[in-house]
Amino acid sequence: MNPGLGLGMIRNLVQRLIAPLDVPLMVIAGLLLLLAIGIMGSASPERLNAQLLNVAVALVVMRIMAQVPPQRLMHLAVPVYLVGLLLLIAVALFGDVSKGARRWLNLGFMRAQPSELMKIAMPLLLAWFFQKREAMPRLRDYGIAAVLLLLPVALIARQPDLGTAILVLAAGFYVIFFAGLSWKILVGMVVAAAAAAPLAWNLLHDYQRNRIITLFDPEKDPLGKGFHIIQSTIAIGSGGILGKGWRAGTQAQLEFIPERHTDFIFAVFSEEFGLLGNLVLLSLYAMLIGRGLMIAANAATLFSRLLAGAVTMIFFTYAFVNMGMVSGILPVVGVPLPLVSYGGTALVTLFLGIGILMSIHGNRMLVQK
Amino acid sequence: MEFKNPQEELERFRSRLAVAGGFVLVCFTLLFVRFVWLQIVQHDYYQTRAEDNRISLVPIVPNRGLILDRNGVVLARNYSAYTLEITPSKARDLEQIIDGLAGIIDIQPKDRKRFKKLLEESRNFESLPIRTRLTDEEVAKFIAHRYRFPGVDIKARLFRQYPGGAFASHMLGYIGRVNDRDLDKIEEKEQDANYRGTEHFGKTGLEQHYEFDLHGGTGFEQVEVDAGGRAVRTLSRTAPVAGNNLTLTVDAELQRIAEQAFGDRKGALVAIEPATGGILALVAVPNYDPNLFVDGIDTQNWKELNESPDKPMVNRALNGAYPPGSTFKPFMALGALTLGKRRPEQQISDPGFFNFGGHRFRDDKKGGHGMVDMYKSIVHSCDTYYYMLANDMGIDNISSFMGRLGLGSRTGIDIDGESEGVLPSPEWKKKRFKKPEQQKWYAGETISIGIGQGYNAYTPIQLAHATAIVANNGVVFRPHLVKFITDTRTGKRTEIEPKPTRDLGLKQEHVEVIRNAMVGVNKEGTGARAFAGAEYVSAGKTGTAQVYSLKGAEYKEGGVKKELRDHALFIAFAPADAPKIALAVLVENGGFGAQAAAPIARQVFDYYLLGKRPKAPAPVDEAAVEEDEE
Repeated sequence: MNPGLGLGMIRNLVQRLIAPLDVPLMVIAGLLLLLAIGIMGSASPERLNAQLLNVAVALVVMRIMAQVPPQRLMHLAVPVYLVGLLLLIAVALFGDVSKGARRWLNLGFMRAQPSELMKIAMPLLLAWFFQKREAMPRLRDYGIAAVLLLLPVALIARQPDLGTAILVLAAGFYVIFFAGLSWKILVGMVVAAAAAAPLAWNLLHDYQRNRIITLFDPEKDPLGKGFHIIQSTIAIGSGGILGKGWRAGTQAQLEFIPERHTDFIFAVFSEEFGLLGNLVLLSLYAMLIGRGLMIAANAATLFSRLLAGAVTMIFFTYAFVNMGMVSGILPVVGVPLPLVSYGGTALVTLFLGIGILMSIHGNRMLVQK
Repeated sequence: MEFKNPQEELERFRSRLAVAGGFVLVCFTLLFVRFVWLQIVQHDYYQTRAEDNRISLVPIVPNRGLILDRNGVVLARNYSAYTLEITPSKARDLEQIIDGLAGIIDIQPKDRKRFKKLLEESRNFESLPIRTRLTDEEVAKFIAHRYRFPGVDIKARLFRQYPGGAFASHMLGYIGRVNDRDLDKIEEKEQDANYRGTEHFGKTGLEQHYEFDLHGGTGFEQVEVDAGGRAVRTLSRTAPVAGNNLTLTVDAELQRIAEQAFGDRKGALVAIEPATGGILALVAVPNYDPNLFVDGIDTQNWKELNESPDKPMVNRALNGAYPPGSTFKPFMALGALTLGKRRPEQQISDPGFFNFGGHRFRDDKKGGHGMVDMYKSIVHSCDTYYYMLANDMGIDNISSFMGRLGLGSRTGIDIDGESEGVLPSPEWKKKRFKKPEQQKWYAGETISIGIGQGYNAYTPIQLAHATAIVANNGVVFRPHLVKFITDTRTGKRTEIEPKPTRDLGLKQEHVEVIRNAMVGVNKEGTGARAFAGAEYVSAGKTGTAQVYSLKGAEYKEGGVKKELRDHALFIAFAPADAPKIALAVLVENGGFGAQAAAPIARQVFDYYLLGKRPKAPAPVDEAAVEEDEE
């Protein structure tokens, strides 16, 4: 065979493979992945191979999603949402209990965590819903959207999985916000929530209140729950401007940081790479979000716009809640650092989101034509 | 649908996107401010906290100083062994952990009990042994399972060992775990920092008295620890300085021979080098095994030691106070000469008794000794001579002279807790009793004081000390056990200077009279049988101390129970003209001094002066009864 032809075929193949991918998004995500692999090599080198496999799977999922046109996604919105909702109900009824929470559903051949599915299914459904009411949505529509949103959120929060509930709630809320919910109602909701807080406080049990107090003031319980946050704050603070260097963070290497390969991996990163490293990480997330918002701004349909905006903001929610909790300005809820924390499920979900963004970007011209 | 304005719609959406983007920027800025706060403003604080987390200052306990006899024989040493230790503050559920450990390593109920006791007494954050002296196999087994037991670790520790077992235990004493009282002492000496990490403290004997010499200087190691508190690596190290070694004046072989001479009898022996006050042997039997105390004595052994009728925990040489009996007579005679109450050749007539105040004080020899001068009074132990002498001297003279010989006061030996004994005097009686009629001194009480009975009660070391003073012509040295202290690092020796503490100013000719009479005791008197054929000239005096008041009835050995039998005493020094050794022997319930105590002295002298080793414990010389005294 002609070698030139062979090379050409390979080039052709590669071109076809990367054609649907958005280059800026891919570059940013790639940099984040490189950074993630580096820090995993310090926080938990024995998990590096497993995480690389997770990355490979996630990239395949992204590539597939990048080729699925938004119209197809719209058709999937309702079934996926319904399946997710049913699974959540099944979890509540028959789920396996792990670490004190009922999150897993044993399907016989595999264990699934349906709440994860909802992170994408939720914005998908609401984007579909508002697309269907493309005319100025009326207040009643926002009411229906709220019900569609709160139903799964309530089920997830009950498991209890506060972290995922917040992420799903946020994902749904972003769609409603981008769909144009009036500022009056938004402000009203904030005021109502603030007013309801003391009432809710009175309804809580003492142990629940203590837990909340500890969330906000970890020093009160330095050996229990507060230990995590105290140690991660020490790690970040002692990192200084330039950090202690890769694999040289004492808090990380001597195992003072808990969950240092999953939710608290940011403390490891921050200890070893310092403020400068944090700046790089924040910038990468900001660029990722910026690119996502750009894609949303240029998307062809309302559905695409809403979906792209919400998916982009999911990244923001992950990043902000995780870094905020690890650095001690937000209460501790189980939210991983997007694209960096160890674990396949979150990684696949996030790359699925990136794939969707790429697909929307790739199909931006279709309708305009 | 036809009313919608796509362009307006898009603008509206894009403004929302801008709001969202702005929100993202605000939130990220907030995070960045937080990072600046933590990593720049508060950096030093967190840096310190991280270091505190990471670095642990671990004290390295120094090797305790050795105790050696005058010839370098080791009497107390250290050996290294592995212990399994739990840090209670780092362990969650102690019971569960101990149960888990018991699944891998043999843990006896007594180990658990001891651990519980230690836990109650422990200071914060120290690790406590659940098992000591692990075998290599046990160490390996635990290490394989270590991950299961947070707060549990293997440590290499130094243990004190007394290779002679019970040998010389009352002299050496023992160490035990630091308790609150020891902590007070440590604080008093401002040694707190130096005792960080130290777990043992001298409890009795030399171990107690020389605690701060033996301890040494604690070293420190800066180690990096992980979150589980386990040392990961050493950052820096300040080596500990081993404690000072004690070299004793004691001759271990002599001590052994003296201990063995007692056989299974109870009693005490103190042998002193008169020219220095250095103690050559300090025996108190029965003794106990101090090794039992080192890693915490278990309750059963403790009970046995404390409840035994033989009282092995009592140091009879320092804490047993006994009437001196006739061993008191040479001191009485010396007092009479010094005070001019008798001349040596002055004779009294002994009818076999002395009447005073309507009471008849009897001599042991029926019909009396006839005409008795000072020499004869000591050689044949004539009671009547001393009844009269006591009456002539008066109690104040007696107690003041005996006080100068050190009787009735602590000798100052380098072991703590020595007893004072009783030097009877009107002042002593006033203090001792509460009722006015009991506080009065009766002249009749002075009479029996003269023969070493009555309220007289002295410790064996006081008797040995007084004998050494006489042997040394009235020049007093403090009895002491430690000859010199060696700094193990520099090798520098600090001698315990043999300086006389005082000179009684005795007249040489008076001392010669007493010496001569005591030589007579061992030649032709009550000590003659015990010292028959000796290749040296020795001076001695037998004595018998009443335990049981016979109320005028004659003492017959077979007629009284063992524990009510008289105590046998003997004081002696040799060679008589240039004494190298002076001693006092006490055998509890031994009967007459000549029977039980003098033969022990003979064995000790034979070894010390001639190097002769006895083949068996000192014999009880039943035949000596006939010739005896009192």
